[in-house]
Amino acid sequence: MNKRIANRLALSVLWLCAGTTVAVLGAVIIYVFVNGIGQLSPEFIFTWPQGVNAEGGIWPTIVSTLYVTGLAMLIVTPIGVLAAVFLAEYAVQGRLVRIIRFAADSLASVPSIIMGLFGLALFVETMHIGFSMISAALALSFLMLPIVMRTTEEAIRAVPKYIRWGSYGLGASKWQTVSRIVIPAAMPRILTGLILATGRAVGETAVVIFTMGQAINLPISPLDSGRPMTVHLYMLAMEGINLPAAYGTALLLMIMILFFNLTARWLLRRNRRMQG
Amino acid sequence: MMHVSADVREDATKPRADKISVKNLDFYYGDFQALTGITVGIKERGVTAFIGPSGCGKSTFLRCFNRMNDLIPGTKVDGTILVDGEDIYAPGVDPVDLRRRVGMIFQQPNPFPMSIYDNVAFGPRLHGVTKKPELDEIVERSLERANLWKEVKEILPRGGLTLSGGQQQRLCIARVLAVEPDIMLMDEPCSAIDPTSVQKIEDLMDELKDRITIIIVTHNMQQAARVSDETAFFLQEKTGQPAEMVEFGRTAEIFTSPKDRRTEDYITGRFG
Repeated sequence: MNKRIANRLALSVLWLCAGTTVAVLGAVIIYVFVNGIGQLSPEFIFTWPQGVNAEGGIWPTIVSTLYVTGLAMLIVTPIGVLAAVFLAEYAVQGRLVRIIRFAADSLASVPSIIMGLFGLALFVETMHIGFSMISAALALSFLMLPIVMRTTEEAIRAVPKYIRWGSYGLGASKWQTVSRIVIPAAMPRILTGLILATGRAVGETAVVIFTMGQAINLPISPLDSGRPMTVHLYMLAMEGINLPAAYGTALLLMIMILFFNLTARWLLRRNRRMQG
Repeated sequence: MMHVSADVREDATKPRADKISVKNLDFYYGDFQALTGITVGIKERGVTAFIGPSGCGKSTFLRCFNRMNDLIPGTKVDGTILVDGEDIYAPGVDPVDLRRRVGMIFQQPNPFPMSIYDNVAFGPRLHGVTKKPELDEIVERSLERANLWKEVKEILPRGGLTLSGGQQQRLCIARVLAVEPDIMLMDEPCSAIDPTSVQKIEDLMDELKDRITIIIVTHNMQQAARVSDETAFFLQEKTGQPAEMVEFGRTAEIFTSPKDRRTEDYITGRFG
């Protein structure tokens, strides 16, 4: 009897906790959706802000966000992927590798506002790049690097040994095996990591507020400054100048991030089906 | 009574020379000695079977011939292995070059996650063949030799992993044949596939052995008796002790009149 009650109790608690998680997510999405949907229109998305930048559309901020994210991807992809290839395939597994891995994990837990401060000090001021897409992209890439490295390393390790043996058995060198077999086989999962990192970058505020500036500007060159969606959202809301527009921006941001996450899931599932 | 293929070709061929000569081979995984004192000559153009209970070092021995063990850190080989009279463990021998000449088929069919065509073309491309007509020809010829061409000629762009297990294994054989090795090592190639496919692979070995020296590790004694010309029996007598080669000879003799008592015990199913 006692056992049965304990069992039921445990199950209810577990259900409750799991339910809470879903409920919180649902509440946030519904809240933003209800408040923001009225704002979304082609004009809102594709036109410039008006007046004190509180009215009108948010087009330049969307471009700034996509610009900086794309730039950060260009920086982080080769470095993160190659670093992971080195760690997983080449480095002698030992103390040094453990230290590098620990450093990457620690980097992942550095608060983003500190990364922003660091970006401000290093790129904007010391290197005199100024508030710009490139300064923000560099700082963002620090934030994305550990995510990309970790997921890539796991993706590479997940490639079965016997597939590598097949390649070595045909007289392939290590690099031929890594570049022609291992990386392509790991690619779907590597892409998943890259997309998740992209989602992270799109939603990042603290880093870009320090490094990109706040001026509404349509960036052309990487040295141009701008104002990303997150910062625009922050200004609209905190200065209380146009709350509906803030919700509209928030909704758009959420849709973008949701899109990235769903793409990542889709890639993973498709890959699993192909190998299963 | 087991059918022994060796009888058929008894007088049809000229005497076969040794393709591989092994002398006093010891093998170590770190401090653990896995094999001791193996001396054997493997004849060209035939099938040699390695049999013995699990853990008796037959796969380890097989992987010495293409230096696949080099990929496992801490392994060491003492003694000599000559392939065509050349010491493959001599300094200056590149294992990557060696593996072109000594192909390998694994227990688990391991097609690469790419198209059937690209699987077969992988080896030739590695070694510098880039022209499409030439690759087409190699792919067709290799698949034909692996008895897979008829089944896949319409679906070459399809993924290698979409084939059945037995077809995948023949695809792996075609992939090895595409680099024209003169030795093919097969590490329990039939243990993960269905019986009909096993038949196809055994037939294939019979066709290939006229040109290629095949060494097969197998747990299945009937298979060893069916496909091989020579058989080597391996045994690790005590756990922790190195394994040795107990007996080597013509398959017909090993299976009908083994010289060593332990071979007889194993073959008659008293252990293992």
